[in-house]
Amino acid sequence: MAQAVKAMGEPILRKEDDRFLTGRGRYVADLTLPGTVFAKFVRSPYAHARLVRIDAKRALAIPGVIGVFTAMDLKGDVGNVPTAWTIPNADIKTPPYPALAKDVVRYAGEAVAVVVAETSASAEDAKELVEVQYDPLPVRVNQEAALEPGAPQLHAEAPGNVAFRWPLAGGDVEAAFKEADVIVTERFVNQRLQPSAMEPRAAIAAYDPGTKELTLHVTSQNPHIHRLLLSIILGMPEQRIHVISPDVGGGFGSKIPCYPWEAVVCALAVRLGRPVKWVEDRSENMVATTHGRDHVQYVELAATKDGRILGIKVKAIANMGAYLSTAAPGIPTILFGFMVGGAYAIKAGHVEVTGVFTNTTPVDAYRGAGRPEALYLVERMVDLLARKLEMDPAEVRRKNFIPPDKFPYPIAMGLTYDSGNYGAAFDKALSLVDYKKLRQEQTHARKEGRLMGIGLSSYVEICGLGPSSVVVSTGFAGGLWGSSTVRVHPTGKVTVYTGAHPHGQGEETTFAQVVAQELGIPVEDIDVVHGDTKSTPMGMGTYGSRTTPVEGGSVALSARKVRDKGRKIAAHLLEAREEDLDFRDGTFSVKGSPDAKKTIQEVAWAAYLADKMPAGVEPILEATTFYDPANFVFPFGTHVCVVDVDPETGQVSVRRYVAVDDCGTQINPMIVEGQVHGGVLQGLGQAMMEAAVYDETGNLLTSNFLEYLIPSSLEAPRIEAKSTVTPSPHNPIGAKGVGETGTIASSEAYVNAVMDALAPFGVANLDMPLTPEKVWRAIHRK
Amino acid sequence: MTSHMRGRIAADGQIRIAVTVNGSKVERSVEPRTLLVDFLRDELRLTGTHVGCDTSHCGACTVLLDGRSVKSCTMFAVQADGASVTTIEGLAQHGRLHPIQQAFKENHGLQCGFCTPGVVLAAMELLQLTKAPTEDEIRTGISGNLCRCTGYVNIVKSVAAAAEMMSGGR
Amino acid sequence: MHPQAFEYVRPESVERAVGLLREYGDRAKVLAGGQSLIPLMKLRLASPQVLIDIGRIPGMSIIKEDGEFLRIGALTRHRDLERTPLIRERYSILVDAAHSLGDPQVRNLGTVGGALAHADPASDWGAAFLAFDAKLVTKGPDGERTISIDDFFKDTFVTAVKPTEILTEVRIPKAGTRDGGAYLKLKRKTGDFATVGAATQLGLDAKGHIADVRIGLAAVGPTPIRAKRAEAHLRGKAPHKEALAEAAKLAAQDARPTSDLRGSEEYKRAMVEVFTRRALEKAVERAGR
Repeated sequence: MAQAVKAMGEPILRKEDDRFLTGRGRYVADLTLPGTVFAKFVRSPYAHARLVRIDAKRALAIPGVIGVFTAMDLKGDVGNVPTAWTIPNADIKTPPYPALAKDVVRYAGEAVAVVVAETSASAEDAKELVEVQYDPLPVRVNQEAALEPGAPQLHAEAPGNVAFRWPLAGGDVEAAFKEADVIVTERFVNQRLQPSAMEPRAAIAAYDPGTKELTLHVTSQNPHIHRLLLSIILGMPEQRIHVISPDVGGGFGSKIPCYPWEAVVCALAVRLGRPVKWVEDRSENMVATTHGRDHVQYVELAATKDGRILGIKVKAIANMGAYLSTAAPGIPTILFGFMVGGAYAIKAGHVEVTGVFTNTTPVDAYRGAGRPEALYLVERMVDLLARKLEMDPAEVRRKNFIPPDKFPYPIAMGLTYDSGNYGAAFDKALSLVDYKKLRQEQTHARKEGRLMGIGLSSYVEICGLGPSSVVVSTGFAGGLWGSSTVRVHPTGKVTVYTGAHPHGQGEETTFAQVVAQELGIPVEDIDVVHGDTKSTPMGMGTYGSRTTPVEGGSVALSARKVRDKGRKIAAHLLEAREEDLDFRDGTFSVKGSPDAKKTIQEVAWAAYLADKMPAGVEPILEATTFYDPANFVFPFGTHVCVVDVDPETGQVSVRRYVAVDDCGTQINPMIVEGQVHGGVLQGLGQAMMEAAVYDETGNLLTSNFLEYLIPSSLEAPRIEAKSTVTPSPHNPIGAKGVGETGTIASSEAYVNAVMDALAPFGVANLDMPLTPEKVWRAIHRK
Repeated sequence: MTSHMRGRIAADGQIRIAVTVNGSKVERSVEPRTLLVDFLRDELRLTGTHVGCDTSHCGACTVLLDGRSVKSCTMFAVQADGASVTTIEGLAQHGRLHPIQQAFKENHGLQCGFCTPGVVLAAMELLQLTKAPTEDEIRTGISGNLCRCTGYVNIVKSVAAAAEMMSGGR
Repeated sequence: MHPQAFEYVRPESVERAVGLLREYGDRAKVLAGGQSLIPLMKLRLASPQVLIDIGRIPGMSIIKEDGEFLRIGALTRHRDLERTPLIRERYSILVDAAHSLGDPQVRNLGTVGGALAHADPASDWGAAFLAFDAKLVTKGPDGERTISIDDFFKDTFVTAVKPTEILTEVRIPKAGTRDGGAYLKLKRKTGDFATVGAATQLGLDAKGHIADVRIGLAAVGPTPIRAKRAEAHLRGKAPHKEALAEAAKLAAQDARPTSDLRGSEEYKRAMVEVFTRRALEKAVERAGR
């Protein structure tokens, strides 16, 4: 009798760990190809300047230097970089985004030339000697400043530096505001961040003039999207570009875009006939890899005097940077605007987002991508409302949650939340921290002059990107279906080919668990292959917390197709009817005749021999599914943050952080918790210490880890991750995403906590990061 | 000029060094400016040690030098002449994971894996010096290693578990 | 990131090192632990043509009490000071300082002498040793020389060590039984330079009054500085809260912080007061034990 296979829901140890733990990960920078030459980019120190002259004479004299190339030299080989999300009804302007600057540089860090040499060190030596003459132009770094009349224009195609104006309205917002007893108004700055994945980006391009095939190893979250975009940028046939993204050391959205330098490296490989390798320095990464967030938001919330929220108005001004990166326009609009109702039954909302060009690094997706910007403002406004009404912020939330029996729930802004039980997660979180007791302690502490704060964050977010008809209607240049092939080999082992490309999220294990559960084949016998355009079906990659619900959904469906095909074959072999077969733990058996059975491994062998197949059934036991989800998925939860503030210094210490999240069905609870831990800390990083800072000349001051502060183990608090489970009704495994929920929830939990601690000082709002000095000034009224 | 390093400097300025790496003696000629991390990765093809930053903050390049954790990006290979270096590749013996590696696996102490070799080696030194570290001591011991994926929660858990395993708790 | 190419020499004695400094002049820089120098070289903010590696010179890592002094060799790693039982028992301020800088890996390689010679305005060792009547010993072509710490820091990244000298040792008066000290550092996160740092070492007399006290401040001037008016205020007084608080106010007035990404001048000055007071309180507590 086969061993019972219980794989779904089990904290199975990760299969990918062995290679990482023994130093055998295959990151792009680890690879060497024979004959490789090395590329280094010359980048503008000016944020805005005319490019007058480039003189490479001294650089070319360095031994080992093969060439120095500019936009002129590569003309015809490398085109402009396209934007892949042109949101409709927004009068969007898509000025050209050149791979190497032609006449003008528009941000500090934009590449003007590339040096290629035999060694990395000589390329760097030569890079220093490339002489570039710039004619500086006036600079605008801040989006509101860039909109002012008289501001320098970055692009002729975008008058007033406006990239787009995007509106979204739901319900009758004017009526809601008329009805209101109280209106709360606030301005928030959701500051610019630098994603800072630990692995800097890298690319190795090699061209085979025999097969005319270009092979690119690149740090990507989505190899097929890279392939598609490169075929456009390079003018090369799509099927001749082979993109391999092996192990990737974190992405968080910053490895979604196709970057100009990746295309340049490809063009150089074709031209030079040798593999060209480029590895980003960290200081290069800080200016040349996309940034995140950077919203200024003006928000009005309308409510009744007993705390019922009636409507919300949001005017956001999003800094897009100097050019529109791959997914950039959709982040502060589509992934932001629809969520301004949060977890609440709000009847009306109005959102206006203006995207603005400035002389800064392009901004694109960063963990949460639009949803942290939305949920932050919602949850902060709820706390401000509670304060205005002198109500407990917990009560205001509870009062406004969409009730559990109302799902699927069509929200005012135009989407339908799939499932939810906000109250259950909320109650669990508050019970875990003993909320009542904390409030009592706070009352006591305040009498003694001790500053203690409790911050709540009840979120719901949109992920599992996504239903293709909806996604394409928002201007995204691609469907967001999931793709997989589940192949049972003749010997009964399995390979799962997926269009996902995990980079830390554990799908080599979790997808094996899904298949193990469906087919009764042990997890150890199932391998997951991803990240190679030659091996996997066309795939849309890993971001937007889509991998588990959408790609995992596809895997489950493929596995079920395999099971169904196996049943047909087994029935035929056992001379029984399909309906008379049980399938348990990997074995098909005839009901009532337990000895009449075939294991799925035997069926796989039979399907390979194919000499005794039922009519109409093709050989080989495998199936492919392109799964287009019916809807997005909407994970939710409540986080509680408890802080103590030192009034003398403004330093904040997190006493406790509890997260209760609901991502529906959990494939592997251990991995789910890990995603929450990491997500929470990135949101806390934004709240506590991270900020991309430019000076007024457009120079990025936070260009290394000395100045761009990401938390170490000593700044990170303990994080307790618990969950509730409310499956998604439309998903094949009932799963939602959880990769970004932590980040979406935690910034506001922290800020709400600190503002709560500072309540005695009458300060309504402080913008992130809440540095000790900011807190100190609020306390001492400076 | 070269009385102290007679015979070790070649005409092209390269310097002959002898380093014991993961128990094996290795002799090579290196440019003085070659960082230890680049020597390990490029010359010896031990790519398990990673480069994550330029300013000695991230710790992804951590190796053990004569038993002490050091950032191999912040020393030159020539400084390691005569020393013993342990990289992540040197931990597992005969195909079996070292207890510390096992503990990280059992406690989901890694996600993307990029910071992992550095963290594991920093934790190795901590556990050699402190058999039963407190949570604070663990957090201090790995404070030179940045991780963007795990939030450190399970890394701390893994190190604590490793401490128990290595002190005979299992 | 690669530094520019350089020549590398590794002398086996201080005399040899001094000779090399004379030979190469300003083309050369001394390499000790490298934790300050190598990052600068990688960013190409420093590109010496010659590196003189003194890291293997024997006899420069001693930690011992010798007569009236505690002698600390210039090549002593930060970690060793953090770990040595003698220091942990009797010179807590040095443990505080060692523990506060960098991170474990940096502390394993970085040296006390290197940090002092580098003379960053935020130097934790600078502030800590200013809290003692410390002497810096150098060896040069003309032999050995002793420099008082009060004459050591000249300007940002500039010390009294001559271009042909090597710093070999730091000496501080041996701690008495009624001595106590502390170094407290405000920083944005681990591994950061000080936003402000306050170091103090004091001794109580038989009546429990402050017989002597010195206060060193980091990151609030072009070099680490002493808070002399604060010291004068405390000498001879009983270490009551009010006296310590008053001294801290004076220290804040003497500080010269500048606004930067770590904080505004106003905030830093206010923090000098807080951290000086807290350092004094801790030092008094330790002296009493």
